[in-house]
Formats: sequence, C-alpha cells, structure tokens
Amino acid sequence: MTAIAVRGLRKSYGPLEAVRGVDFDIEEGEVFGLLGPNGAGKTTTVEILEGYRSRDAGEVSVLGSDPQKPRRDFRERIGVVLQQAQLWQTLTVRETHRVFAGYYEHPRDVDEVIDLVGLADKRDARVQTLSGGQKRRLDLGVALVGDPDLVFLDEPTTGFDPAARRAAWEMIRSLRSLGKTVLLTTHYLDEAEQLADRVAVMRQGVVVRIGTPRELTTTETEVEIRYRRDGEEVLVRTGDPTRALHELTSEALARGEELERLEVRRPTLEDVYLSLVEEADEA
Amino acid sequence: MRLYLHELRTQQLVYWRSREAAVFTFIFPLLLFVLLGSVYTGRIYGVPAPDALLAALISYGCATVCFAGLSIALVVRREAGILKRIRATPLRPPVYMAAALCSTMLTFAAVTVVLFVLGRVVFGTPFPSRPGSVILMVVLGSLCFAALGVGIAGLIRSSDGSSAVVNLIVLPMSFLTGAFGPTRHYPGFLRAIGDALPLKYLVNISDAVYLHQHSFWSQGTSIGVLAAWGVAGVIVAAYTFGWEPRSA
Ligand SMILES: Nc1ncnc2c1ncn2[C@@H]1O[C@H](COP(=O)(O)OP(=O)(O)OP(=O)(O)O)[C@@H](O)[C@H]1O
Ligand SMILES: [Mg+2]
Repeated sequence: MTAIAVRGLRKSYGPLEAVRGVDFDIEEGEVFGLLGPNGAGKTTTVEILEGYRSRDAGEVSVLGSDPQKPRRDFRERIGVVLQQAQLWQTLTVRETHRVFAGYYEHPRDVDEVIDLVGLADKRDARVQTLSGGQKRRLDLGVALVGDPDLVFLDEPTTGFDPAARRAAWEMIRSLRSLGKTVLLTTHYLDEAEQLADRVAVMRQGVVVRIGTPRELTTTETEVEIRYRRDGEEVLVRTGDPTRALHELTSEALARGEELERLEVRRPTLEDVYLSLVEEADEA
Repeated sequence: MRLYLHELRTQQLVYWRSREAAVFTFIFPLLLFVLLGSVYTGRIYGVPAPDALLAALISYGCATVCFAGLSIALVVRREAGILKRIRATPLRPPVYMAAALCSTMLTFAAVTVVLFVLGRVVFGTPFPSRPGSVILMVVLGSLCFAALGVGIAGLIRSSDGSSAVVNLIVLPMSFLTGAFGPTRHYPGFLRAIGDALPLKYLVNISDAVYLHQHSFWSQGTSIGVLAAWGVAGVIVAAYTFGWEPRSA
C-alpha cells in the first residue's frame, strides 16, 4: 500500500517558487528521507503533506486523504514533529504528554512514551527547564503519543548530542519494526544513510535524485584515488580504478618511491549529495 | 465533547500554572478593589462607595481576564507555535476556541465570585439580590470581550509587544467607561469617548443589576450594544486570526 503519493507538486510564496514539481511515493512501513540544503523546499513539502499549507498545483494523497480536505481519522493517524515549535513552558514533561494523549482516541501509554524518548528522569521537570535536545525529545514524544501510523519528522535530531542521536535512530528503527511509515527530513547524511530505506535529494524545489542510499552512491561511478607527492595532495577521479591504480603503483615502484597516504575511496552519500548540491550552485 | 472537556481542563491548567498571567489578570481587579475601596468612603451617587466600586470592578475584571488575558495568551501560543502544533492533532480549531472561551468565562466567573466575597468580608457589601442576572451578565460579558480578544489577537503580530498593546487599550478604556469607578464628574468629552467603548455597556448592566436590583433583561440597549461589539470581534477574528506564527 502507498502511504504517500505526490505528483507534480508546486508551491510558490509570492514570486518565490519554493517547490517546483515534485513527485515521489512512500510505501507503508517505509522510512523515507528528504535531504537538501537550506531553503530546498523540504519543510514546504512536508507541511503540505501534513495539511498545514495549500498547494498551487499537483496531486497529493496521504493515507488516502487529500491533506487539504482530510478524512476524519487523518489526524488520528499522523504524528508530527515540526521543524520549529515550542510547547507550554510551564507544564511538566508528563503533563504535556498527557495533554497530547488526550487529543487522540487510542493513545499510547504516556509513561511508556516518556521512557521511549529518554525523558524518564525529566518526567516531572517543567518544559522551560529542559535543554534544547531534551525539548526536541519532548517534541518526538508528543508526536508518538497518539500512536500514529505515519510520522512526519522535520529535522527531528537537530541539537541532539551524539548519544541522543543514536538513541533517536534506535527509536526510529523501532517505529519501522512496528510497521509505521516515517517521512524524515534531515541535513545529516549519516542519519539518512542509517535510517532511510529510500532518500530523495531536493534542491531549489525539485527532487534531483531518488533511490536507496546504496543506489545513490553506486550510480556515481567515479572512484577517488588520493595520495601525496612532495607534500601536495593529488586527487585522481576515475571510472576505471583498477587500471589507474596499476599505472600509478607501477610508476611509483619503478621510481622507487612510496605513494604517501594512498587512499582509494568510493564516494559516500555525502560526496554524492555535495556534488548534487554544488551543481545547483553552478546552475 | 470529550475533546472539549479535555481542552478546557488543559486551558485551566495552563492558565493557573503560568503565574504571571494568572496574577496579572486575576489578582489585579481584586487588588484594585481593596485599594480603591479603602480610599473612597461614604456614598457615590446615592449608593455606598464600596458597592459602586464592586459593580465597576466586575467590568474591569471582564476586560482584563477575557479581553487582555485571552488575547495575550493566544498571541503568545500562536507565536510559540503551540497553536500550529495542536492543529496537527484531532482537536479541531472550533473546539479549541470554544474551550478557550469557556475557560476564560470560568476564570472571569471566579473573579466575580471572589470580588463579592472580598467585598462582603472587607467592606460589608451585600451579595447580589439577582444572582441569575449576574450569571447572565458574566456570560454575555465574557462572550463579547473574548470575541474582541480573539479579534485583537489577530491584529497583533508578535508576542513581544502584545501585553503593552492590549493594556494600552484596557487601562484607558476602563478609566473612561467607569470600570475603575464612576465617571459622572468627568469632562463631557471624556464621557463621550467612554460612551463609544463597549466596556461602558457592561458597566451599565453591572450597575443596574447589582446596585439597582434591575433584571438583566431590562438592559436591552446595553445587551444589544455588547452583542454588536461581540459580532464585530468575531468578524475581525475570522479575517485576521491565524494559527501559525507571524513573526518567525
Ligand atoms: N511562509 C513562507 N513565506 C515565504 N517564503 C517562505 C515561507 N516558507 C518558506 N519560504 C521560502 O521557501 C523556500 C523553501 O523553504 P523551506 O522551509 O521549505 O526549506 P527547507 O528545505 O525546509 O530548508 P531548511 O533546511 O533550512 O529547513 C525558502 O527559500 C524559504 O525562504
Ligand atoms: Mg526546513
């Protein structure tokens, strides 16, 4: 089953075309990552799918609803972490979860969710006393407390320390193992690589590449060979690494030289991503 | 209905938990009553001064709780993104608004009750002889001023200045309309301005019901004027009020 289907989505803010014809499908149970530089149109796309913003053109279906005219159960079935939003500063973590749990017909157990997002020892702390990362975990907690089938996470781990990020990854994985669908935006490529079944890279309002993290990195055929000569770094990009390496090493052997700091690297998702984004800057 | 009650509880919890707002809107009318009541003694226009002040400060309580309190709370929640976040939940905006309105009505009712009790204990003012009319007045006053509060919240762009802007309206309005005490000795032009403001008509009802034992329904003109202001507030709110932050 398709959880989200997007066709030809467009959205302008005045003269600025923030989203210029975006297509993708997200299957039920899939974790889908939306990557892209600042201003690429990720939040705009996600907020159209959440039902916050109207679209100028295109077809959108989320859990069988048009988010602009959602079916009654639409909001029972989605969970949302906004890129930016605060909650009541004077309530405690537990009270905040209880308030949100009360908005849903079949909420999860509040204490269980608090444990899940790692706020157990802050259960009775006021929201205003939480650190930035702890507040973000609270956002995550209240997004999950309604037991949604589909979770939108707009940069959910921004501000997390490395341990908290790992914990959040575990949690998102556990969401997948429960069969939930997750749409995640992020600037962290390792996060996308670790979590997402498929990734779409957006820039300037269009999707420039879509596929599994593996597909994205293997379509880029060029391999990088780096070494140092006379203290200068030399970089060779080649689609034929065996031959290039053989030539390099046999020349070096013939001269009796060492290829210092020799390194052969397949591009990571980060390299692919940066090359996609840099193309944008040249365009 | 379940969601409505849940949100009503939430609104009350948030109101009483944020102490500054609660103190500012709830305690202020009580404090003013005690202060003014200690200063003015004797009779004002034929009624004991504390009675007249009590009738006046009920209206001030309405303006500060329902108009100032609600509009500031809505602006702050909107700008913080709380309203936006709540919109993604099954709680629908009309239910949220109804709960917010009812919550402010309850708070104003509590202010009114405490004013009567305080007056009785401190100044020996009588309890109202027409409690039913007082209840109707509380309902009408909170509906009208809460509607105006939502309307003004739609016009305010950021939470920074919201408290200043709203009090710049409430304090002069209360002064000019007699919500801080009788205005019959004011110069004519000040009274004319007061007559153009909605709070004047709540003061009229309060005076009639509490001081002169008239029935609420005998105050047709004032009821009509307040209802018209309330409708105006709803219209402004419908055009200007949004759920997403303006200044982000
Ligand atoms: N409400 C708005 N009004 C006007 N312009 C907007 C609005 N929201 C976004 N934009 C513009 O639309 C473009 C896309 O913004 P969007 O927030 O979707 O980007 P993003 O990919 O989420 O970026 P980031 O990684 O910084 O969160 C940006 O140029 C932004 O300035
Ligand atoms: Mg964004």
